[in-house]
Amino acid sequence: MTDLSIRANRVAALKAAAKEKILILDGSWGVMFQKKGLTEADYRAQRFAAYNGQMKGNNDILCLTRPDLVAELHDAYFSAGADISETNTFSGTTIAQADYHLGEQDVWDINIEGARIGRSVADRWNAENPASPKFIAGSMGPLNVMLSMSSDVNDPGARKVTFDQVYEAYRQQVDALYQGGVDLFLIETITDTLNCKAAIKAILDWRDEGHEELPIWISGTITDRSGRTLSGQTAEAFWNSVKHAKPFAVGFNCALGADLMRPHIAEMARIADTLVAAYPNAGLPNAMGQYDEEPHETGHALHEWAKDGLVNILGGCCGTTPDHIRHVADEVRGVKPRQIPERPRAMRLAGLEPFELA
Amino acid sequence: MRPVFVNIGERTNVTGSAKFKKLIVEGNYAEALSVARQQVEAGAQVIDVNMDEGLLDSQQAMVTFLNLMAAEPDIARVPVMIDSSKWEVIEAGLKCVQGKAIVNSISLKEGEEKFLQQAKLCLRYGAAVVVMAFDEVGQADTEARKVEICERAYNTLVEKVGFPPEDIIFDPNIFAVATGIEEHDNYAVDFIEATRRIKQMLPYARVSGGVSNVSFSFRGNEPVRRAIHSVFLYHAINAGMDMGIVNSGDLPVYDDIDPVLREAVEDVILNRPQRDPNQTNTERLVEMAPRYKGEKGQQQVANLEWRKGTVNERLTHALVHGITEFIDADTEEARLAAERPLHVIEGPLMDGMNVVGDLFGAGKMFLPQVVKSARVMKQAVAWLMPFMEAEKEGQERQAAGKVLMATVKGDVHDIGKNIVGVVLQCNNYEVVDLGVMVPADRILDEAKKHKVDMIGLSGLITPSLDEMVFVAAEMERQGFDIPLLIGGATTSRTHTAVKIEPAYRRGPTTYVVDASRAVGVVSGLLSEGERDRIIAETRAEYVKVREQYARGQTVKARTSIAEARERAFAIDWKGYASPKPAFIGTRVFEPSLAELVPFIDWSPFFASWELIGRFPQILEDDVVGQAATDLYRDARAMLDKVVAEKWFGAKGVIGFWPAQAQGDDIVLYTDETRVAEFSRLHTLRQQMDKGEGKSNVALSDFVAPIGQGADYVGGFAVTAGHGEDEIVKRFKDAGDDYSAIMASALADRLAEAFAEWLHHKARVELWGYAPDEDADVDRLIAEKYQGIRPAPGYPAQPDHTEKGTLFKLLDAEAATGLQLTESYAMTPGAAVSGLFFSHPQAHYFGVGKIDADQVEDYARRKGWDLATAERWLSPILNYDPLARARGAAA
Repeated sequence: MTDLSIRANRVAALKAAAKEKILILDGSWGVMFQKKGLTEADYRAQRFAAYNGQMKGNNDILCLTRPDLVAELHDAYFSAGADISETNTFSGTTIAQADYHLGEQDVWDINIEGARIGRSVADRWNAENPASPKFIAGSMGPLNVMLSMSSDVNDPGARKVTFDQVYEAYRQQVDALYQGGVDLFLIETITDTLNCKAAIKAILDWRDEGHEELPIWISGTITDRSGRTLSGQTAEAFWNSVKHAKPFAVGFNCALGADLMRPHIAEMARIADTLVAAYPNAGLPNAMGQYDEEPHETGHALHEWAKDGLVNILGGCCGTTPDHIRHVADEVRGVKPRQIPERPRAMRLAGLEPFELA
Repeated sequence: MRPVFVNIGERTNVTGSAKFKKLIVEGNYAEALSVARQQVEAGAQVIDVNMDEGLLDSQQAMVTFLNLMAAEPDIARVPVMIDSSKWEVIEAGLKCVQGKAIVNSISLKEGEEKFLQQAKLCLRYGAAVVVMAFDEVGQADTEARKVEICERAYNTLVEKVGFPPEDIIFDPNIFAVATGIEEHDNYAVDFIEATRRIKQMLPYARVSGGVSNVSFSFRGNEPVRRAIHSVFLYHAINAGMDMGIVNSGDLPVYDDIDPVLREAVEDVILNRPQRDPNQTNTERLVEMAPRYKGEKGQQQVANLEWRKGTVNERLTHALVHGITEFIDADTEEARLAAERPLHVIEGPLMDGMNVVGDLFGAGKMFLPQVVKSARVMKQAVAWLMPFMEAEKEGQERQAAGKVLMATVKGDVHDIGKNIVGVVLQCNNYEVVDLGVMVPADRILDEAKKHKVDMIGLSGLITPSLDEMVFVAAEMERQGFDIPLLIGGATTSRTHTAVKIEPAYRRGPTTYVVDASRAVGVVSGLLSEGERDRIIAETRAEYVKVREQYARGQTVKARTSIAEARERAFAIDWKGYASPKPAFIGTRVFEPSLAELVPFIDWSPFFASWELIGRFPQILEDDVVGQAATDLYRDARAMLDKVVAEKWFGAKGVIGFWPAQAQGDDIVLYTDETRVAEFSRLHTLRQQMDKGEGKSNVALSDFVAPIGQGADYVGGFAVTAGHGEDEIVKRFKDAGDDYSAIMASALADRLAEAFAEWLHHKARVELWGYAPDEDADVDRLIAEKYQGIRPAPGYPAQPDHTEKGTLFKLLDAEAATGLQLTESYAMTPGAAVSGLFFSHPQAHYFGVGKIDADQVEDYARRKGWDLATAERWLSPILNYDPLARARGAAA
């Protein structure tokens, strides 16, 4: 049995597992924290007791102030059948945390602690059952500022940040997540492909400096029925724009439920010569902003995808719970993962739409 | 295989366009953007952006322009070529594009190290790259040097940094010919031959070039320059050139160049032996050139360029673009060339329709455009008909299959069905359309008579769901086994799986979600190879849907009707004085269509053509915007005619009555004494399990109960559909389905507009409770006004039979000419009816599923037996009445 305490072995095990089965990612974090009914005091704990302003709602800070809850949730998702759990670092960049006036050191700590918590939970599972290894993905979420979209309605050319600033923010996150022990990087809920490209460059440059090569998973977000990302790209244009990362997996998450996401995943399944991953919301939110989709409904829909050979990795985004993940894991157990298609070599470029010179 | 050539727009290049340079130097970026937009509109597949100008901060200009371009979806849809001789400018540009761009260019000019460093950055940013044939020694001019440098660059890139070869584009330098310097004479040949070898030797790599250089010595003589470009490209493309920076919009077609000029140009480009011992090729062209200079300004109207194609190409173009102008002549030309007229249909016309089908399937054409294509097709077929009939042994055209379509008994809505019919016809299926309100026995008789391959049923109102189940059961009983397709606004996959499919076991039943899916479903079900698999898959899917439905059934908690009534929507009636209408009883209105036009809500109009989005934003949508704009233009043009020529008759009636709520009923009185009951409206109450502080609403909650202050209720029925059938038939007979569907859709919109118009009139005048309401139509459409107008059969009162009560109250048949079918659909179909409630807290809601206790109560109030109640309320029952009956019997 390989020694799963060594990261390179875990990466190899991850790649091997992806060949054998449909991997299961965990579900939502925000909703689960919400259900706990946490107070401002929970969010602050001692470290931020004197903090001036509201910390409640900054879920990433719980890595530092309520690590017990974060560990509990990793554990709940692994128990539900997830193979991969994400670090609680979705907003763990200096840019996103500027909303809470947190400095570089605090952000660094969020990421490194977030990764360590996940690592220790996964290590415990792996020690008990090395035959079914568990993995920790370093979550790198979107920013509240975008490089492709204007920050000022009166000036379409205006931008609040530069590529270099976004790059630097992600780069620090990458470093901290790595040091905390993640097995792969998950750039997720991508609303602006240019932000994502800055994150990709941050990882690739960091790797060029001699760091270990960890798998990259890129997950965009098709925001609505228009079938485009928030920054306006179609699924294929998005893939053409990020495939230079040679990602371990690519796909979509968030914004849509399984029914509306399916055509975009099907498109990705057709065009991407790497693993395809999807983790939709539990349907669309109702008028109260809550998600009604029942675990068995999610399980049923995602089973259909699996059966139709569309996916290699499945999980849940907003509104999904360990129960949803359990249904998904149970339904797709034994279903063959999607075969990676071989596409003819061709120059494939992109604006908002794809361009192929066959 | 025909070579594909990618045309890269060059007008956003300060070194290539004086106009663009001036705009950028002056900081007029708005105008500069419109230059980019024009290029994309003219067909540029990639746009080259170059800011290399001494007067400019090139880096800043590049960043500013690319950021501005990112905000213009009609420009940003194509990839960018970031063009600069300075790497800093290129890298600044790469930080501004979210797509995958092309870097133009890098080279070995400053050595391998720098070359690789820049290549690696291109990999990191995710860009393809143009590599100039330039090395430490200099720019390659001969074929041998070009090939040598490109080969070295290719191997370096692929082997040392793993650059994907398909992302490498070589620019082997196009230099000017006909300069008078003998060494330059072979430059075009050097490029063309180098291109040929590069393409052979270096797999997946591409070749590009800046074409205008080649004709540099003929500056000022645009016609000759264009001829040179055209001839050069003709040969270079045949040698394998893939892309070029060229203004291809104004290039003459090679074959159209004056033969004398073309020969002289070709001699220069190909460096042929000179024809006249006393005159070089260059001298000959230079001498000839001034004669062609005057041609400027004789540019052809660009949009007729397609007329130059072969007849087959022209037919395809006309079909794809929906142009009928030349179709008779083109069809005739094709007929004369064909052995039999039928071959024109089976050959070029079907080929063209296949292109349409493919584009539609790929989401590159939209429904209105496809329906226009069908119009062109029909006109072409109509032209051929007399010739086919004249043929003695005129055989029937072989269709791909025959589909019977009908809107079921009791239902009159057919826009969706007609669209599906047109789309199927476009794909070579024969459609037998039985129209609307077709009873089951007629559907099945006709199906036998025409020996159809499948039956498609359509319906819009909820009672049609039961009728479809009945048709399915009849098909089973009569031993049919052909596929049954189900579609229409009220139908669903769940209903099809749960109710219809189990009634028809001999054959397959399939739910078709919209017109764009119809062809896929029909062709699949008729395909020998696919049929069995598809049927099995659908059956398996529906089994799952039924299971899921059954599971869902048990979990939907309902509160008892008694408890729901306790949680009724509580309006504080104390001290509230209901407004009093201007009259009690009914009044008839016949507004002119022109009065109704401003009240039209266009968004649903687009939806009926499967273009989804809000009007007017949809006109700007980057996917369907063009289709929507064209459709809207055609609609407005037809609407002008509708109004001017009074195509449709609009008639409506409105009534007001004293009213008080009694439980979930609303009692209407004959007069203000409120003693004698005139009629009674029955309403249904929500029974979902709601949270604290939320109400279980029924429409009766919006009327003051008996014992409170005097209240009123209004009602109305309007139509704009008189005359619609005749107009639609006229278009259909003329083979113009596009206009037929358009006329129906407009009649529907006018009827809705009539309802808005009348509601507005009620609020400001007839009921008069909001006399100062502004007449802003957008607000009306957004329903931001006091009071509601719910219609029976819609979510707030799902029971269609209440329409019967309303019609009696209004004497609507006599007043408007509207009639109700046995399923309570209104005919003509372009009609709206409903109730008016005036209380400020009255609001729209959905009743949702209801439980047996309310159904029993409702049956009692309506004077029905339970089975009748369950039939009319079947879409909203929270239980399976059959299972319940069995349970009671056991």
